[in-house]
Amino acid sequence: MRTDLAVVGAGPAGLAAALAAAAGGLRVTVLDAGDQPGGQYFRQPAAELGARRPQALHRQWRTWERLRGALADSGVRVLTEHHVWFVEERSGAFTVRALLGPGQDEPADVHADAVLLATGGYEHVLPFPGWTLPGVVTAGGAQAMLKGGLVVPGRTAVVAGTGPLLLPVATGLAAAGVRVAALVESADPKRVAGHARALAGKLPEGAALAARLLRHRVRPLTRHTVVRAHGDDRLTGVTVAALDPAGRVRRGTGRHLACDTLAVGHGMLPHTDLADGLGCRLDGPAVAVDAEQRTSVPGVWAAGEATGIGGAALALAEGHLAGRSIAARLRGDDPDPAGRARAVRARETLRTAAAALAAAFPPPAHWTGQVTDDTVVCRCEEVTAGAVREAVDGLGADDVRTVKLLTRAGMGWCQGRMCAPAVAGLTGCEPGPARRPFARPVPLGVLARTRAEEPGATQETERGPS
Amino acid sequence: MNPLRLVRARPAPAFTVTVDGRPTRALPGRTVAAALWAAGITSWRTTRGSGRPRGVFCGIGVCFDCLVTVNDRPNQRACLVPVRPGDAIRTQVGTGHED
Repeated sequence: MRTDLAVVGAGPAGLAAALAAAAGGLRVTVLDAGDQPGGQYFRQPAAELGARRPQALHRQWRTWERLRGALADSGVRVLTEHHVWFVEERSGAFTVRALLGPGQDEPADVHADAVLLATGGYEHVLPFPGWTLPGVVTAGGAQAMLKGGLVVPGRTAVVAGTGPLLLPVATGLAAAGVRVAALVESADPKRVAGHARALAGKLPEGAALAARLLRHRVRPLTRHTVVRAHGDDRLTGVTVAALDPAGRVRRGTGRHLACDTLAVGHGMLPHTDLADGLGCRLDGPAVAVDAEQRTSVPGVWAAGEATGIGGAALALAEGHLAGRSIAARLRGDDPDPAGRARAVRARETLRTAAAALAAAFPPPAHWTGQVTDDTVVCRCEEVTAGAVREAVDGLGADDVRTVKLLTRAGMGWCQGRMCAPAVAGLTGCEPGPARRPFARPVPLGVLARTRAEEPGATQETERGPS
Repeated sequence: MNPLRLVRARPAPAFTVTVDGRPTRALPGRTVAAALWAAGITSWRTTRGSGRPRGVFCGIGVCFDCLVTVNDRPNQRACLVPVRPGDAIRTQVGTGHED
């Protein structure tokens, strides 16, 4: 299939960009792995589940209704259940390579003049003893299963970690009938007060969520952390303890909370695999973009969490700016500055707030001190913290790559998406770019057929649906 | 309150799947992982190395912890695969290719 603009990701950033670009006269195709548009933020139950009030699990539902309505009225084509594994650039044109459906073994390609990466983010989770037990899930995972599957993982939950996602997860689980025994936040709420000015726009939402917590009788434990999850074959409880101002566990403060679910997270990380594969410059963990959301590769734009974690409102503003920029640039024009002033102002305010939130909710400074040698750090390859420490202390490894070669940490199915921050922390270095060749597993048969399409091949034997 | 009541769901009729041979009811539109959670099952895989139980962790297809065997096909991410009538869902042992 041919299109002017291929948008990867149908969350807030991707949809805002697609709508703005389509309004600018472009043919736009959006590819998304989900069975309906919305991304993680606007994830909804499948139609067969017959939810008559899906908004009960959402904030910003009116925003979604507006987006959904605009999408229906636009000429934007949305390809759901398209798992994009690679974007290829050749002579300024792009091929977006996807795998179809739940089996993910049938290829489908989209050819485009420009690409927008709106690939979103995933949860940052730091290890602790017991974190591999069934019943321990990421905070976002609990929310995704609730929003999409209308299921909860158990009867009594502890929500723990750090960051603004914990509040809606705790209130969401409570509204769905789970007893939330505690919300365990490692940060000090006073740090939020220190950023009150930058967070002015976020405070009403935070206050509303806090009020809901109280209504559901959820006990907030700030400056606390989960030091261990207990259970043999599944979670039966957690030990939580207080942190001192330096972020160290205070001795003698540990207490046991019975629960069958622990929803845990320490913020979010951007999905940058496709950008990295295209050669886009990264800025720390995120895709680097300019004022128009252009990456360092001509023809490739990025918006939303992929360019830095900032939430749905920022993703909408960035997507809108990217879409306008793409429409103008493909025509050979500069984007009209008057028309985009409002989105630029919104983006700057929201970026300032996102930076303040990140500063107010850092992971506990001394989390590695709680990771025992027998704690599994790499969940796929079952590499323990002890093995990582042995690679560092005994074998002299001083970077993540050497630790990986010596221990297999990060070599499993998830390709280090879950363990990279932990392995880096235990190694004593900053996590570097992951350099994964593909954004998801690809069957060898698909790769073999892809080869046949390259120039110099005797004929182009296979094409995706066009 | 449960999630279905919270959103005033009127789901299409449930169908039967088997979980390790045991007939289990599942709602259409759910993933295999959601169907297993709804049946009170939270682990459906044992690891290759130490044989430890695992189930959903990330819930969005990133972590690969929820791998499961569906209709004799191992290594399916339960959080992504929709449940279908008659599915034979089996606890995956190790790589799933050993039995």
